[in-house]
This record gives sequence, C-alpha cells and structure tokens, in this order.
Amino acid sequence: MTAFSNSFSRFFVVLLLVSGMAFSASGQGQHEQESGEKLNVSELIIHHVLDDHSWHFADGFVLPLPIIVYSAEKGLDVFSSANFYDENHEVVPYKGYKLDHNHIFLADSDKPVLDLSITKNVMMLFINATLLLIVFVSVAKSYRRNKGKAPSGLQSFFEPVIIFVRDEIAKPNIGHGYEKFFPYLLTLFFFILFGNLLGLLPGAGNLTGNIAVTMVLAIFTFIITNVSGNKNYWAHIFWTPGLPLVLRPIIFLVEVIGVFTKPISLMVRLFVAITAGHIVLLSLIALIFVFQRYWVGLGSTLIVLFISLIEILVAAIQAYVFTLFSALYIGMATAKHEHH
Amino acid sequence: MLFALLLDISYAVMGAGIGAGLAAIGAGIGIGRIGGSAMEGMARQPEASGKIQGAMLIIAALIEVAALFALVICLLISFRQA
Repeated sequence: MTAFSNSFSRFFVVLLLVSGMAFSASGQGQHEQESGEKLNVSELIIHHVLDDHSWHFADGFVLPLPIIVYSAEKGLDVFSSANFYDENHEVVPYKGYKLDHNHIFLADSDKPVLDLSITKNVMMLFINATLLLIVFVSVAKSYRRNKGKAPSGLQSFFEPVIIFVRDEIAKPNIGHGYEKFFPYLLTLFFFILFGNLLGLLPGAGNLTGNIAVTMVLAIFTFIITNVSGNKNYWAHIFWTPGLPLVLRPIIFLVEVIGVFTKPISLMVRLFVAITAGHIVLLSLIALIFVFQRYWVGLGSTLIVLFISLIEILVAAIQAYVFTLFSALYIGMATAKHEHH
Repeated sequence: MLFALLLDISYAVMGAGIGAGLAAIGAGIGIGRIGGSAMEGMARQPEASGKIQGAMLIIAALIEVAALFALVICLLISFRQA
C-alpha cells in the first residue's frame, strides 16, 4: 500500500475523516435546537453570499462593524452596528435609522441614506490590500537586494508567476510597449487571485463576488483601454476602414456598443463565476441542515471538499482570464500599423 | 383562465428550474466537446499535452461561466418569492 505510506496521503485521509465527522456532528446538533422552526435555505445562502454590516464568523462569535451614514437631514453619523440588534437578535431601529434587509433607511421617512459603512466586504478589501502590500513590498525589497543574484524566499515563489503574467499575458497581447501596462496587469492579476482565494476561507467575506468590486475593476480596464487608444483604434470605431459607406453608420453603432460590452462582460464573468461557486458550496453544506443525518454529513463533506478544490482552480483561472482579456483589449487599443 | 394560470408565480419557478437544467446541459455539451478534442489532440501528439491541457482548462472556465449566467438568472427568479 505505497499509496498511503507518504505523509501527504495520510494527512489528506485524516483531514477527510475529521471534517466529515465535524460536518455530520453539526447537522445532528442542529436537530435539537430547530425542531420547531423550519430552516429557510435560500435565505441562508443569499445571506452568506451578500454583504453584511456585521461580520458573523460563527454562531455567537460576531464582530460588529462600524456604520458610517450620511444624510441631508441628520448629517454624518458613526456608530457600531451592534446598536441595531437587541438581546434577542431582533433588528431594532436606532437613533432615527432602521435596518431593512441590510439597507439603512431613515426610521420615520423611509428614505435611503448614503451608506459609507465599513461592511464585511470593505473589511475583506482592506485585508486583501494589506496582504498584497506586505507580500509585494517584501518581494520588491528582495529584488533590490538580490540584484543579479538568484531569487530567495518569497521572491522565488512569486517570480514564476510574475514571469508567467509577463510572457503569457502581457507580451503576446500588447507586444511592443507592454512595460507601461505591466504594473496594472500584475496588480489586477494578484488582486483578483488573492481576493478569490481569501473568499474561499471559512468565515471570510465574498470580495470578488461583489458586483461593485468587479465593476470598479472593469471600469479601470475601460479607462486604461480608452485613454491609451491610438488613432487606429478610434478610426476603427467611428469610421471603420474597408467597408462600403452605407454600412458604416450601422457598424459605428455596433462598435460603440462593443466598447461598452467588453468591460461589462469582464465584470459579469468574474462576479458570476465566484458567486455561483459560493452558492454551490453553500447549498451542499445546507443539505446537511436540511436532512440532519450523519451519512448526509459525510457525503456532503466529500463533495464539498472536491468542489472546493475545483473552486481554487476557478479562482486562479478567473484571475488569469480577467487579466488576459484586459491585456487583449489594451493590446487592441494600442495596436500599431494596421494594413488594409 | 389560461392567463390567470400564467400569472401564478409557481409556473415561473418551474420555468426557472427547467432553465437551470437546460443551462447545465449546454455547459455539459460545450465542455464535453472541448474535453473530447483535447483528448484527441493529446493522443495524436503527447508532447503537446501540457499546452493542450492548459488551454482546455481555460476554455472550460469560460464556457462554465456562460452556463452560470443562466443559472444566476434562474436563481433570481426562484428567490423572487414575495
């Protein structure tokens, strides 16, 4: 049985057994509590995928996050989100504001307020940014220290990935002058990769599965593409060469729509891939709470483990695809000498 | 009477279920074809199997996302219980 003799296989089998027991035990425990109340699975899943004003790590371990709201009537208000909940975990209005499905309104007039709170996704964004800064400032320092020498430490882990982004994404698609856009592509790739992987950790927030975050990334690509578009690019959109004059107004409309659908497709692709993955994982875990049997716990754990590995692959692939398409659009915008 | 039947939300949810199934079929066919061509290519030229495998994974992710577009819309319909 040489397959089980190495330490990796043994660790994997032990992890499988422990997580199977943990998941199935949690289903059994729930049976005692909720025999009267029916579990609303879709609400549970949606609640875990969306943003939240307090960070709910586990039952009883909740981190209330600060709420920062601005309204014309009451000005700027900063308070903890714990104020919205009383002892029975019911939502109560506080200081003239009320919380309705995680949106904050004025209590008396039901008008929405400008919500600038530090929510779960904002905290994840801060964590992601801090992690990126720590890792890459250290890698940059290693590069300065190891000038002309072999890489060491964290630098040797990230160097193949950086070279991959340069040789497979930046250079083939942008060609000459790729150095101007290379920092942006690297930042994009690692931000999305770290964001995706952090979202898979237990208790973490769904950062890149938030359509606002992916929208901002797509807007960055949109701005960079169109600001660095050269004469060929704009000529191709407004007055496509090589076409009969009758068709050109129609093609102009199609090309203008194309300018906007490219970033929209980037935005929706990343959002859908990550959010759908999380929904699938949460649905399979929620099966345990629906059936409340040990064997469902074990089966569900196996499937969730397998799908989590696929999700790690999807995290890397979606980062690659977003960066690749951004490089492609930038390359198309800065392409020189078109022969017609 | 047919109009009153169609206004019933449960038919929309059934449509969402059928739509999700069709989306899965679409993804299955697309990724299956990619996998088949990849297998064939790797059988013809084993030296290129690394590159083929890489390209296959990336294209599979793109096709899967197209199916997930449809899935998200079906989920939105089914969660629209008033």
